[in-house]
Amino acid sequence: MREQAILRPLRVLGLIFFALFTAFPLYAIVVSSVKPLQDVQSVFRWIPSAVTLSPYRDIWHTIPLAHYFVNSVIVCVSATLISILISILAAYAISRYRFFGRDPFRLVVLSTQMFPGILFLLPLFIIFVNLDQTFGTRLYGSYSGLIITYLTFALPFSIWMLVGYFNSIPRELEEAAMVDGATALGALFRVLIPLSMPGIVAVAIFAFMTAWGEVLFASALTTEATRTLAIGLRDYANQSTVYWNQLMAAAIVVSIPVVAGFLALQRYLVQGLTAGGVKQ
Amino acid sequence: MSVAPKSQDEARTSPGGRRSRGKVRRHLSSNTLPYVLIIPALLFELLIHIVPMIFGVVISLFQLNQFYISNWINAPFVGLDNFKIGLNTHGPIGSALVHSFLLTCAYTVLVVAGSWLFGVTAALLVNAEFRGRDWFRTLFLIPYALPIYVSILAWQFMLQKNGAVNTLLVQNLHILDHAPFWLIGGNAFWSMAVTSLWRTWPFAFLILLAALQNIPAELYDAASVDGASKLRQFRTITLPLIRPVSVVVILVMFLWTFNDFNTPYVLFGQAPPPAADLLSLHIYVNSFVDLNFGLGAAMSTLLLIFLLIVSVVYIRLLRVGGEGNA
Amino acid sequence: MYRKLTRQEFLKVGGGAFVGTSVLGLAGCGAGGGTSSGSLSYWASQQAPTIAQDKQILGKVAKEFKKQTGVAVNVKVIGWEDLWNRITTAISSGQGPDVLNIGNTWSPSLQATGAFMPFDQDPLNAIGDKSKFIQTAYDTSGAPGKTPTSVPVYGLSYALFYNKAMFREAGIKNPPKTWEEFIAVAKKLTNPPKKWGLAVEGASVTENSHWAFILGRQQGGTLFDKKNKPTFDSPQIVRAVKQYVEFIAKDKIASPEGAQYSTGTQAPTDFANEKAAMIMFQTGTMTALASSGMKESEYGIAPIPVPDPLPPGGEPIMSHTAGINLSIFNNTQNQDGALKFVKFMTSKARQIRLNQEYTSLPVTQAAADEAAFHTDKLKVFQDIYANNSAPMPLIPDEGQMETLIGGAVKNLFAKAASTGKVSEKDVKSELAEANQKMAASGMG
Repeated sequence: MREQAILRPLRVLGLIFFALFTAFPLYAIVVSSVKPLQDVQSVFRWIPSAVTLSPYRDIWHTIPLAHYFVNSVIVCVSATLISILISILAAYAISRYRFFGRDPFRLVVLSTQMFPGILFLLPLFIIFVNLDQTFGTRLYGSYSGLIITYLTFALPFSIWMLVGYFNSIPRELEEAAMVDGATALGALFRVLIPLSMPGIVAVAIFAFMTAWGEVLFASALTTEATRTLAIGLRDYANQSTVYWNQLMAAAIVVSIPVVAGFLALQRYLVQGLTAGGVKQ
Repeated sequence: MSVAPKSQDEARTSPGGRRSRGKVRRHLSSNTLPYVLIIPALLFELLIHIVPMIFGVVISLFQLNQFYISNWINAPFVGLDNFKIGLNTHGPIGSALVHSFLLTCAYTVLVVAGSWLFGVTAALLVNAEFRGRDWFRTLFLIPYALPIYVSILAWQFMLQKNGAVNTLLVQNLHILDHAPFWLIGGNAFWSMAVTSLWRTWPFAFLILLAALQNIPAELYDAASVDGASKLRQFRTITLPLIRPVSVVVILVMFLWTFNDFNTPYVLFGQAPPPAADLLSLHIYVNSFVDLNFGLGAAMSTLLLIFLLIVSVVYIRLLRVGGEGNA
Repeated sequence: MYRKLTRQEFLKVGGGAFVGTSVLGLAGCGAGGGTSSGSLSYWASQQAPTIAQDKQILGKVAKEFKKQTGVAVNVKVIGWEDLWNRITTAISSGQGPDVLNIGNTWSPSLQATGAFMPFDQDPLNAIGDKSKFIQTAYDTSGAPGKTPTSVPVYGLSYALFYNKAMFREAGIKNPPKTWEEFIAVAKKLTNPPKKWGLAVEGASVTENSHWAFILGRQQGGTLFDKKNKPTFDSPQIVRAVKQYVEFIAKDKIASPEGAQYSTGTQAPTDFANEKAAMIMFQTGTMTALASSGMKESEYGIAPIPVPDPLPPGGEPIMSHTAGINLSIFNNTQNQDGALKFVKFMTSKARQIRLNQEYTSLPVTQAAADEAAFHTDKLKVFQDIYANNSAPMPLIPDEGQMETLIGGAVKNLFAKAASTGKVSEKDVKSELAEANQKMAASGMG
């Protein structure tokens, strides 16, 4: 689009507005994470009275942050990996085959997006506990229960995106591979998946981010041993004083993996969404 | 659509022993393979979404409160009583539910419309060649990349009476005379909306930017050559071409925002001010704090029905592309 | 082929759920504490400033208990945010600890679930008989007329904390005894925007519900009538709540910022930072003040003021009988060990030790007589606890009551802080609305 002279200042103004709106809380987080406790307990000032890194040191002692971190990583990475695998298989089936029940299946999967979490929180909990008692599994208060839950949350969106993405890749490539003797699955893994990397990466990012930030089910299905960061972070505010500076420091520490990963891979995300979701 | 059968036909008619053996294998697997492939997804969906959801709806027919949670097999069946209580707008519970529902509608409309507007505007601004555009795009995406509770906690911190928002508005910009409370009273609604907007609009921005980038530049060039103004180009080229994407993005944001539990819960805890009593939190309090699970389940079921109706109507009305080429 | 597969899958999952469901009904006792007779699982609430400290203190308790009885105790410390949810999930799943702490205001609600072991004569004998408990403490163990399902273990009460230096500077010799004196004293100490006579936690529904109760009793009102119908909007309660909210609205002796304090730690922080000269808080706050750097010598403890004269029907109640109780899950597989543990925790030696470590009050007369609890400060708390306290309403819907009436007061504080005015009509209408909701939800 060519720039018209009159639009230039408007563009600049617009960009500045959005930039400020976005950066304002980010600045508050960062600057508060290096303030001494008195600063964050009194009126907010843009410049700290003293810059200190002690919050970053203290956060690991005030609450077992490292432990929560490990829990979150285990749960989210597992959920993401398994979810991608399952989504790929299901999306492949939907995209490449016509079979009885395909459309209802798609609809059902998509409609789960609109389920209010609280509707099935208690029942899910009861089911987990029952399965534990009947089959000796360990779903409640363990990693597996939370992993299974999170991977399922990501499935609808992932399958939907991947179907769109697969649809945009011509079948001729797989057919060529199958004519050469590959099985359908072989074609999937050797031809389709490499071509769909942007879409798959996009879906993986989405699944990971959803799991990393989930609060409601983490609060119901974890115990101290499996507590994730989402719940653990509240503890900073529940000590005898509210350690805002530590909370902000912990917030930064907790956000770095997702933000860094997201930004590094955003190119894939855009590509994946463009081909998959945008082109219907 | 399915191309597989066609390729199988081709394979079937090809000569060669090896092919025919492979053909037999493919013939069988093409019938069972798709089913096998969807089994994991189906299994998990059943276990985590479908069965609990049905179970949840069933709970709504029982009087499952604290007297019965240790012994819930024996909770008395009350049929639609929980629903009647929830829908009785003259009673305190029903009217509280209606209030919460309307509040959530207002909140959702505000946040979704705002997010779309911000998203489209920022996408247009960024969708040009200029130095530093990648930095802007990266910056705008950060709120979306942050874990949800981090963004909400940040705003909770800033919205304290002595927090950053008041410092900015009162001391720096002199827009207000004295620092108001943002987290109690009527202001709580706006605080919630802004918090949610801050983290939702980058999602719209991301998707709409991708859509914008798919519009071939030639279309605009041709229009310019024909003398169309920028505004006209926007209305006749841009808007229609991003419509399919906009429609989907709006639906998704609507569902997420309407069901939003995190924002009010992290900001206000279990006793939100009336202006911030969103539906998800309202139902949660009824279930887990007041221990009236039967009533909470009935409310959730009503919520689900409402969302289903809205989505179906929306999809039908706007003919959202489900599987156009499927 | 499709159908067969999915039916199999459905049966597997659905059948499992069904089977599990019926199994639960029969064997709700099944999983129980998941322990054998040689060990116990114990869920403790957070009583110390940090959970790590709790673990330390209770670790020593477990060791001592094992030495005395040979039973190992697996201690889990759960924060207050989660404790209620964990207990209710334990009840509904049948999978929980053998012994656990509960906030004593929860005891009637938990009693109503039927999931906890009743303390009738035999268990009471096993732990040493109910006469060893202070009466007000024991009154919190369940609804009146029903067999209690918990016994007290730590006691707490409210009292008035006042900053000695700030009092001296303002020329105030003694802490106020009546509300008139209180307002006068607080006004002298108030110098906005930085110094206030009082700090309140206006957004904490728990604190609000306590004060509605306490001040209500002083006015001669109760939150529920004899038939357990709510009376939140009775004239006495309206007067009480109005008095409380007017600390910000009319008397202007408390900072409006208090209207957004909700964690139970913010007003004490103001007190420790000398932004407020007085707070009305519970015994455990002394530990919080210590971690904020305030020395015990810097503040004094006095009884909560009362109206003078007392209105008709009014009582000099200064606190609700706060504290922690112990309960035993019905489906425990080690009832013997659990009872031994309860007896251990309510023994004189343990009561003395633990209540000192947690800065709480002993619940047994024997321990309360110890000199260690007769310091200037603790004596005031103990006195109030034993003589001027009453339990919060002992009804199954206690939690909901707190949310409703605490929420109503919270809204009034919000109004007071933003508009500076709260009228009697405002108070009455908020309380009437809360009352309606309470009445409507009383099911079962």
